Amino acid sequence: MAEREQRRRSAPARTEADVVDEPAPASPRGEKLKADLDELLDEIDEVLEDNAEEFVRNYVQKGGQ
Amino acid sequence: MAIHKVSGIETEYGVHTAGPDANPVSASSLLVNAYAAAVDRRTRWDFEDETPDKDARGYAREGALPPAVETHLANTVLTNGARYYVDHAHPEYSTPECFDPLELVCHDKAGEEVLRRSMLAAASVPNAPAVVVYKNNSDGKGNSYGCHENYLMDRAVPFTNVVAGVTPHFVTRQIYTGAGKVGTETSAFGSQSVPYQISQRAEFFEELVGLETTLKRPIVNTRDEPHADPKRFRRLHVIVGDANLAEVATFLKVGTTALVLAMIEDDQFPTKQLTLADPVRAMHQVSADVDLSTPLRRAEGSTITALEVQWEIFAAARRYAKEKGLDAVGGEQVGEMLLERWEAVLTGLESDPSSLTGQIDWLAKRSLIEAYRERHGCSWDDHRLAALDLQYHDLRPERSLFKRLPMERLVDDESVAAAVTQPPRRTRAWFRGRCLAQWPDAVVTANWDSLVFDVGGDPLRRVPMMDPLKGTADHTASLFESCDSPSELLERLSS
Repeated sequence: MAEREQRRRSAPARTEADVVDEPAPASPRGEKLKADLDELLDEIDEVLEDNAEEFVRNYVQKGGQ
Repeated sequence: MAIHKVSGIETEYGVHTAGPDANPVSASSLLVNAYAAAVDRRTRWDFEDETPDKDARGYAREGALPPAVETHLANTVLTNGARYYVDHAHPEYSTPECFDPLELVCHDKAGEEVLRRSMLAAASVPNAPAVVVYKNNSDGKGNSYGCHENYLMDRAVPFTNVVAGVTPHFVTRQIYTGAGKVGTETSAFGSQSVPYQISQRAEFFEELVGLETTLKRPIVNTRDEPHADPKRFRRLHVIVGDANLAEVATFLKVGTTALVLAMIEDDQFPTKQLTLADPVRAMHQVSADVDLSTPLRRAEGSTITALEVQWEIFAAARRYAKEKGLDAVGGEQVGEMLLERWEAVLTGLESDPSSLTGQIDWLAKRSLIEAYRERHGCSWDDHRLAALDLQYHDLRPERSLFKRLPMERLVDDESVAAAVTQPPRRTRAWFRGRCLAQWPDAVVTANWDSLVFDVGGDPLRRVPMMDPLKGTADHTASLFESCDSPSELLERLSS
């Protein structure tokens, strides 16, 4: 880990001037996703194909490239 | 100096028809023909210059059949410059040539929209069976179908350099391009238990380099069919990728690869320190490693994780951008956007992968499956998990699980709808698409590097388009405005 940190620091020569403030898109989205997931799970059984086992068994494709 | 990375994506979609007599070839033809009829497309594909059995390593292949090209099947060219046809019992959509990775994201999404509209068009055909389309790469039973990328390259770069450079990238980029999969379906993992894989496709790769695409698949495919001036250009045909629904994943997949190829062309890629001892095995190891911690053996002896390989490539890409600029991937703006996103995603994968569930397919699908498992207490071999996996890729809006997740967008619906009919402005796709839109009856056949016109009386006339960066909107705007007929266009072109 320490080795990697060191390598990463030494790799791109970056200065404070390179830093641009960005809204952090990742974390709030991640939290929102968890809340939405709960809601989604509530309805998922309606959306899920009726007979999961048969649906999965019947999904057979010819190989392609 | 690296040449501009004009790029495109070809996707073979999964098709499912209910009923015992389900025939995937006729289901695929139904989709393509119903769509073509709905948009009144008459121009057919021209096979004149197709040579899928030519090998980039410089020799012709012996004893094996070339990949099947079923000329009698549905096959059409659209006004956005795309090709839409039936290949290997799947409907296949090849985007037009795009100028940069963001434009390609838009055209890849437009392809999904074409397939959705095809399902609707097929549903209105009397007595036709209901056909459902999936954007995935395997059926979970050992059958895989591809999502290929294509990049314009400089013919002068030795192919061995390309192979050596892209291999570590292809093995490790799956940590953000993987579409996720429940379980395994080949013998790639032996007796190891792998409940969830990062990639749909990775376990189907058995060789490092080769011409095959349907069996014994190689990490680097050597098909040498440039669809452009063969003296100047090569088209790198990439078969190793998953079909992505997440726009961020597609953007990174094509953007990072374009940049890596530009670095290889300019001899700025850190090939030596990233060469892996056993790339095929590493490909499988990375796919099975959802904790991103497995050490991969390097040729020089020490080990490195997939994430560390990506950090090394990223650092080299930053240096490259500073030295040579980002013109090869579409300019500073899109290039900087790419570098920033690449860094943010690697940082997220390192510190908190769950923060990326709205951006990366394998993480989005896994969060859904984990939540479902927790709620219903099911084991990994529960059929409902495999059903969730499949339904993530279902293109029907009312059934798609992907559609229900709050995924980050990089392109808006309006741009995607426009890309269903309009070609990219900065490649030769513009000329192809505009001719088809303006004079559909005069264009008899089309392919990537030429159009054949029938303007009556005379013999048919072929217009070559051997440079993918010529025939753009800038080059041809006045032509389309001032020519009243296709014969006038041909006259102007030859004068």
